[in-house]
Amino acid sequence: MSDNIKTVKNATCTFCGCVCDDMELTVDLDAKRITKAKNACVLGRAWFAEHTIQDGPAAMIDGKEVTLEEAIEEAAQVLTSAKFPITYGLSDTTCEAQRQAVAITDFIRGSIDTTTSVCHGPSGLAFQGVGESTMTLGEVKNRADFIMYWGGNPAESHPRHFTRYTVTPKGMFTPNGKKDRTVVLVDVRKTPSTPVADIFLQVKPGKDFELAWAMRALVKGHKVDSSIENETGVSLEVLEDLVQRMKNCNYGVLFMGMGLTMTRGRHFNSGAIMALAADLNEFTHFVAKPVRGHGNVTGADNVVSWQTGYPFGVNFSKGYPRFNPGEFTTVDTLSRCDADAALIIASDPAANFPQAAINHLGSIPVVSFDTKETATSKLAHVAFRTSTYGINTGGTVYRMDDVPITLRPAFESPFPSDEDILTPLRKRVQEIVIGKSKAKGAGAGVTRAASPVK
Amino acid sequence: MSETMLLIPGRSNKQGTSLNKGKLKEEYLEVTSTVEMNEDDMQRLQLEDGDRVRLSNSIGEFTASCKKKKSKDLPEGMIFIAYGPSSSRLMESDTGGSGMPISKNIEVEVEKVAA
Amino acid sequence: MSTSTRILNGKVYDPINKVDGEIKDICIKDGKIVESVGDDATRIDAAGMVIMPGGVDIHCHIAGPKVNLARKLQPEDHRHDPHPGTPFTRSGSGGTVPSTFATGYRYATLGYTTAMEAAVTPIGARHTLEELHDTPVIDKGFYVLLGNNIFLQQLLKEGRKEEFKHAIAWWINSTKAFTTKLVNPGGDEPWKGKKNSNVSDIDEKPNSNDISPRQIIEAFIEAVNELGLPHPPHIHCNNLGHSGNYKTTLETMRTAGDRRAHLAHIQFHSYAGELGKNPTSAAREIADYINKHPNISCDVGQVMFGKSTIMTADAPLAYMLRGIAKGKWVNADTECESGCGIVPFSYQEHVYVHALQWAIGLELFLLSEDPWRIILSTDHPNGGSFMNYPKLIKLLMDSSFRKEELSRANQKAVNKTLLPDLEREYTLNEIAIITRAGPAKCLGLNNKGHLGPGADADITIYDDQADKEIMFNAPRYVFKSGTPIISNHEFCQDHDGRLLHVAPAYDETIVDTVRPFFEDYYSIEFDNYAVDDSYLHDHEIIPVRN
Repeated sequence: MSDNIKTVKNATCTFCGCVCDDMELTVDLDAKRITKAKNACVLGRAWFAEHTIQDGPAAMIDGKEVTLEEAIEEAAQVLTSAKFPITYGLSDTTCEAQRQAVAITDFIRGSIDTTTSVCHGPSGLAFQGVGESTMTLGEVKNRADFIMYWGGNPAESHPRHFTRYTVTPKGMFTPNGKKDRTVVLVDVRKTPSTPVADIFLQVKPGKDFELAWAMRALVKGHKVDSSIENETGVSLEVLEDLVQRMKNCNYGVLFMGMGLTMTRGRHFNSGAIMALAADLNEFTHFVAKPVRGHGNVTGADNVVSWQTGYPFGVNFSKGYPRFNPGEFTTVDTLSRCDADAALIIASDPAANFPQAAINHLGSIPVVSFDTKETATSKLAHVAFRTSTYGINTGGTVYRMDDVPITLRPAFESPFPSDEDILTPLRKRVQEIVIGKSKAKGAGAGVTRAASPVK
Repeated sequence: MSETMLLIPGRSNKQGTSLNKGKLKEEYLEVTSTVEMNEDDMQRLQLEDGDRVRLSNSIGEFTASCKKKKSKDLPEGMIFIAYGPSSSRLMESDTGGSGMPISKNIEVEVEKVAA
Repeated sequence: MSTSTRILNGKVYDPINKVDGEIKDICIKDGKIVESVGDDATRIDAAGMVIMPGGVDIHCHIAGPKVNLARKLQPEDHRHDPHPGTPFTRSGSGGTVPSTFATGYRYATLGYTTAMEAAVTPIGARHTLEELHDTPVIDKGFYVLLGNNIFLQQLLKEGRKEEFKHAIAWWINSTKAFTTKLVNPGGDEPWKGKKNSNVSDIDEKPNSNDISPRQIIEAFIEAVNELGLPHPPHIHCNNLGHSGNYKTTLETMRTAGDRRAHLAHIQFHSYAGELGKNPTSAAREIADYINKHPNISCDVGQVMFGKSTIMTADAPLAYMLRGIAKGKWVNADTECESGCGIVPFSYQEHVYVHALQWAIGLELFLLSEDPWRIILSTDHPNGGSFMNYPKLIKLLMDSSFRKEELSRANQKAVNKTLLPDLEREYTLNEIAIITRAGPAKCLGLNNKGHLGPGADADITIYDDQADKEIMFNAPRYVFKSGTPIISNHEFCQDHDGRLLHVAPAYDETIVDTVRPFFEDYYSIEFDNYAVDDSYLHDHEIIPVRN
């Protein structure tokens, strides 16, 4: 270890959706690495320790090193000459980069989609159907005396969720922490999260909707048949007791995991949970929230929503945003072989998507952005190696409860940030689009600004 | 001898930490190609810790080594695997109009791979 | 292109400078109005046209966490109303909660060049600033929600008035806000902490050691006055929407004494009748009080028939409306700071309550004697979209049109109001006051709302037409900071607009008082809470009064 050490206080870990902003990082500036991440969980420690600077070109075309300028020009040409370009990823980068990516997609009239579509996209659809009573995580810490996790394993996916935000912290109206709360877990199997629960319900796989709907019925005072146990694996007595506890608590919370969205029922499952939480407000204060995954997937939802009106699965081919999950979402545009070029930012569909989608991705020109070599960067036509958000570059990320936080980078990277490349790429794309529109004789962007409403 | 079981891909600590080292690195690839199985299921299929199994469905297949879990922790007929390139091979590309391929509770055929 | 422009032959309405329909040249140089420009200036012939300062919206909901939730919630609201892009302007989607780009461009298409987002949680300020950066053309700012702030209430309970004042200033500086906003003060704690209850009286104390809404309101009026903010506390009174609530509204105004206060969307607070029964109009009582008290300003919050979206920090109200709309509902609690509710809604002519609300708004406009203090708003999108402003202007300017519309509304409701007998028609000069000069004055924006030398060259030029709805719907030219944005009804350039905020001085030791509370009860680190300057795009600090 060198003597050139600095400490960064109140730094933010962007690995998972908890976005814990209480990191104290010890940075070896000569070695360009973080040697200690105080307050980090097991995942956070790995995140900070493993993001070191590795030699390699910042830009490659077909595996050969090129200058950034050459790569940006090639990317702009590929994207503007495509008929059905798609942009995908975005959950592991800053909002500043996300804003540029949506702009690019708007100008090239492509599709924009984020990892939300294969994570809590179904919860987003459910939200559009029923709405949601929800909260920031500090409300849980201060007020919640009943907490239920459904279809999730935070101990392994969001290790500090229990300790920093929900179960153990002592809050304004929960001065004794866990002692003041009832914690319930619903899952198809026991996980390392199970020991935290006062009550564990083992639901049969694929029966989440039935279980939630039975609970809604009980909340509303309807009769539920005892055959519910056969159907869902949970007895009527247990459900009745649970519903009583929910109605009698002061501030209840339902957290939704991907065990709901990735299985039979998808958005119906999330919708049932959101409706259950809404129904309970007739008796007490009740809220619900999806436990979001990647560091800034919530930021991606927010940026795409404020720029287009829709959270993911958006297409600009008609010159304005249209939303249709199942049509404009990335698994679909790829596996149907619609897309003819792809801009993939901070994600790895070539490893995580169904095979049909991966096969098509391998057959079209791909522009990729990643901090490390991935299956996607390996098949990319233009591959950018970028610096890591929160470690090398600043910017904004949104925690799973929509709370935005400003990053405090620890040390400089020789690689540019996503935003550093996306901004000139957006400018170049726009130049080409304006040029093409002039060539067509359309005049510089004329649209009727205002017409009388009649 | 093969049996139909339910595959549950999910996150694990090891998957998360090895992911940070690199998704093309050996550790990640190993973590994401190890399945957890119920002890009784393993006994019935004559499997020991570390044995190789083949998981397949109409979409694709992969082989993985298996690891024993107690019956009270992992119900019979259920297999857990950390998300990754292996589990993706069995995912159907049809999303039912939702954008989301079914990625948990996937029906798979499980059989022992001869050593 | 020269940076100076001369607009000739137009009929100018500039009430602040007492210009009422004179033919007069308007000169622009370097983004400002000037006395004159050289012969090389670009010339625009505005013969047959009406020139006004750019419109100023004093109360709307256009950016930030709750707005974005409402956007995400309603794909159906966007789909029927797309907003196409051009190679140099961004596309977007419309409806009652448009995307950020559509919001900015659409304000411009009405001739509006400034708009104030009226309710932002402090912890959501960063998000709001990001959205406002993506809201083109218009200048913009926001009001920060402090009326249910638990820490500030603790200071008040303990009688620490001086620290209370400094803490407010700290919060404004930390969020880059324009002024303070109170929404149903004192109502959040019973909502979140007492099983969805609420306060129902301005002097009610939910617990014996609590403070009443009136004490909160009074403390804010006093503190903000002492801080010299250009705009006083912006108050959404208790009991919004309830029959008989005009008494609460009167008491709120009385609490101000002779100090300045702005009452938001006062239409929603002007109901007589018994609680739990159908409301009747108390527009007369409210208008009388405002007419006699020059320290009070308000915006109307006019209801327009058709689709709206209720979005409010008044969570109990949204819950009540959920029971009426029976559709989807969003509730969003923000730790230590605020509540929030969202309900897609629709006002229907045949419905008694909706017709009454519509009529009360118009009564307030028409009974008000001082147009400078009654500002045009629909509390967008609560009473309806800001895209309804041209129609609202026609309702005010054209009494025969008003009567036609009146005849289609629920007669039982409108006949309980004075509206059928009100013949007043607003003049163009009065419209220029309630949409430009008045809000600029109320906001303390000395460079807005007028066309005198030194003013921002935010200018709208309309074709002078008999049908005022058509006229105000389609300006022929719009200039923002001297840049032509719309020319001959078509977008010709993009513009970022500026963020307007205030920066009152405060005793920095207040940070040590706030910090321990944060460490105990917030879920983010205190040092990560204040918003830094990187979130300001082009911006202007509006000076405080000395």
